[in-house]
Amino acid sequence: METEKKPILEMRGITKRFPGVVANDHVDLELFPGEVLALLGENGAGKSSLMNVLAGLYRPDEGAIFIRGEKVQIDSPRDARNLGIGMVHQNFMVVDTMTVAENIILGLTEVSMIPDMGKISDRIREISSHYNLKVDPSAYIWQLGVGEQQRVEILKQIYRGAEILILDEPTAVLTPQESEELNNILRQMTSEGKAAIFITHKMEEVIAFSDWVRVLQHGKLVTVKRTSETNPQELARLMVGREVLFRIDKAPAEPKDVILEVENVDANDEKGMPALKGFSLQVRQGEIVGIAGVAGNGQRELTEVITGLHPVLNGSIKINGKDMTNRSPLAIIRSGVSHIPSDRIAMGVVGDMSVANNLVMKGYRRKPITHGGLLDPRRILDFARRMIDSFKIATPTPDTHVKFLSGGNIQKTILAREIDSCGGVLVAAYPSRGLDVGATEAVRNEMVRQRDKGSGVLLVSEDLDELLSVADRIVVMFEGQSMGELSSADAEVEMLGLMMSGVSKKKAEKEYYGSDHATGV
Amino acid sequence: MQLVFEKRKAVSRRAIVLVPILSFIVSLILTGFLLLAFKANPFRTYMAMFIGAFGSWSNFTETLVKATPLMLTGLGVTIAFKLRFWNIGAEGQLVFGGVAAAWVALFWSPFLPAWSLLPMVMLVGMMAGAVWAGIPALLKTRLNVDETLVTLMMNYIAILFAEGLYYGAWRDPEGYGFPGTKLFPEAAWLPRFSGRAHVGLFIAIGIGLLLWVAMNRTKWGFELNMIGKNKKAARCLGVNVKRNILVALLISGALSGLAGVSEVTAISHRLQQGLTMGYGYTAIIVAWLSQLNPIAGLFVAILMAGLLVGGDQVQMMMGLPAAMGLVLQGMILFPMLAGSLFTEYRIKRIDPRNSRAAESNEELSV
Repeated sequence: METEKKPILEMRGITKRFPGVVANDHVDLELFPGEVLALLGENGAGKSSLMNVLAGLYRPDEGAIFIRGEKVQIDSPRDARNLGIGMVHQNFMVVDTMTVAENIILGLTEVSMIPDMGKISDRIREISSHYNLKVDPSAYIWQLGVGEQQRVEILKQIYRGAEILILDEPTAVLTPQESEELNNILRQMTSEGKAAIFITHKMEEVIAFSDWVRVLQHGKLVTVKRTSETNPQELARLMVGREVLFRIDKAPAEPKDVILEVENVDANDEKGMPALKGFSLQVRQGEIVGIAGVAGNGQRELTEVITGLHPVLNGSIKINGKDMTNRSPLAIIRSGVSHIPSDRIAMGVVGDMSVANNLVMKGYRRKPITHGGLLDPRRILDFARRMIDSFKIATPTPDTHVKFLSGGNIQKTILAREIDSCGGVLVAAYPSRGLDVGATEAVRNEMVRQRDKGSGVLLVSEDLDELLSVADRIVVMFEGQSMGELSSADAEVEMLGLMMSGVSKKKAEKEYYGSDHATGV
Repeated sequence: MQLVFEKRKAVSRRAIVLVPILSFIVSLILTGFLLLAFKANPFRTYMAMFIGAFGSWSNFTETLVKATPLMLTGLGVTIAFKLRFWNIGAEGQLVFGGVAAAWVALFWSPFLPAWSLLPMVMLVGMMAGAVWAGIPALLKTRLNVDETLVTLMMNYIAILFAEGLYYGAWRDPEGYGFPGTKLFPEAAWLPRFSGRAHVGLFIAIGIGLLLWVAMNRTKWGFELNMIGKNKKAARCLGVNVKRNILVALLISGALSGLAGVSEVTAISHRLQQGLTMGYGYTAIIVAWLSQLNPIAGLFVAILMAGLLVGGDQVQMMMGLPAAMGLVLQGMILFPMLAGSLFTEYRIKRIDPRNSRAAESNEELSV
């Protein structure tokens, strides 16, 4: 590695535990002045918690931090700031109703009771012209776009003397042009001896932005690479990890009629940015279609437009041949769609209600749970006992509140309810995320069983092994578009990785197999 | 020895029942100190309050008179709170219901057969209460306007509107300057059964029982519960969240409106000053203390009414401020809020010198 330069920052053996999970497991990190380090990893790999340790928001259980070779203790964000560490969070920490200048000095103890806003504004203008960060110090935050707000955050950290800038998924909210601008700012900063760490799970950004890349997986550091010596497909493989947990026994698919059809759908995300761009997809009865892609490329919006939770701007969604575009979630449930949502705690269950009640949250509308206009507690309990038995949900009693169950059993509760009520289409988003091996296997087998019973299953996952072993076909999503489709029988992880980083199938094939390979799909 | 909070493995049913009762006892003790500061004997004062509220049939009927609007508004608030919709506007909904009732009673009688006047008064009064709660519900569901402020502010609008009427346009010209309307025609009177206690009590009890069934045994109640506890999940599971909030708030307001109707048609027989004694606010305590259980709410309403009546009594008998009853009411909420922790947590004793012993140590659970 670098020998002549001394690192500006070193983290040694950082371990951070939360109840039930190890977020960081003896992670080492080095950052050199004048360089940009990318921290790459899947959701939950421990990138953010590592950076929160550095920013003084979490205290590590083990490990040491050195700044310019000196051991330091960072107990608060203020300590971090005094050491020249500044963090730009994913959700900007700005006050909407205050001006840019006010936001920048907010919380600074050096500023006198009655700040000289004129002088402060001059200083802000000075910094912003130096870094070519176009920001008007007297503008109110609410008047600014997302990209401008991010510039304010960066400006704030520079104003406060940050030498080490941490950016948590900075490009998630930016347009390509704004990303380019951000890259220029980072380059300018590093040319002056400052350093930056940025958290991302997009391979192409690692390549474009960074000098070094460190890959985290399940809280552990798996690789340190010079960016110039790696490529997107290697990074994809490193990020996802290669070990295959187990194989699912399944017969070849026997697809029948199309049951779910998504046609040229456009949709925006919650911030109003395009999330789906002319996306099309077909799922047939008796097959599992996997959606591969790095999180944040429109998968969530895809599952939510299908289930009626998110508006479709253009295009159509047909279920069983019937147009269900922008119908209510209830109408879509009634048309036979079951949904295992991505955020199981927030969307899938009501934690403060019992397991039994959660199990009937679809069945309560009809017989036999509702009997003579009233809910029948005995039938609810009977039904719940049956579900608990057949899906092997580990719960002390059917009356136990769901929030007291483990993640795997919460997922089994959702699975039981959704599969029991499934009328032909199952939309499953990250169904095995965060589950232990046993629960993962149960979830995957259940999806195959649904397929064999003739349902069409749409499986969104970040776990390529899951997609390769469970799905029959895999569609790769990138920035709201389909990069093409592979049959899982002959898909290669490297190919998927390339396509996940935005390379179209044709180009990926050329790169992977050489120019003359004929496709088998 | 060290005490730590430990999360329970399940919600404690015992704590759900015990916490409100213990909260009441704690509030008696705390208020006892206040009474000592007034140089009054707490035991004698509480005894006097109890006798004043429950000591004789005639005293008890007075308690029931005050319990009736507390039951109705308490039930109304319960429905809204079940949805985590913070309707603190029961007071205004009650007043607006009373105003609408007075309007029908005073001005519609020439056009209606006598038998239909009272039902019409009740219907319009309930609708007015419903409208008054429906406005914040609409603002919340359409524009995401915070309901707490809107419901609170609408209290003042309703109260001042009513004042404007009985001081101005509707004032009884033969009332010797008394702020109030003319007496309603008798056809618009809600019958009394003993003393001032009136059939509104039975209506309230009936609604309480019905509401228990609706909340615990119907699809509507099931959806209310889902929305209140996890709005996002409810939506994912096909529940129409906005419509449910609107409907529930219309019912919530209608019940408070009915409280206003029964106050003007059974007690004062006119719209006048002092229509409400803060029933709509006490309703919040009723809802909390009953843990949003409509049947428990009926009993809590009687208890709260007893505090009001008993408070009047100690003023007469012991020269203490009548507000003592209100102080007690308010005092209950604090231990109640603190105590609700125990439904999900328990206190565990740990001996730091011997951590192995700590594992097997007795747990102090409520």
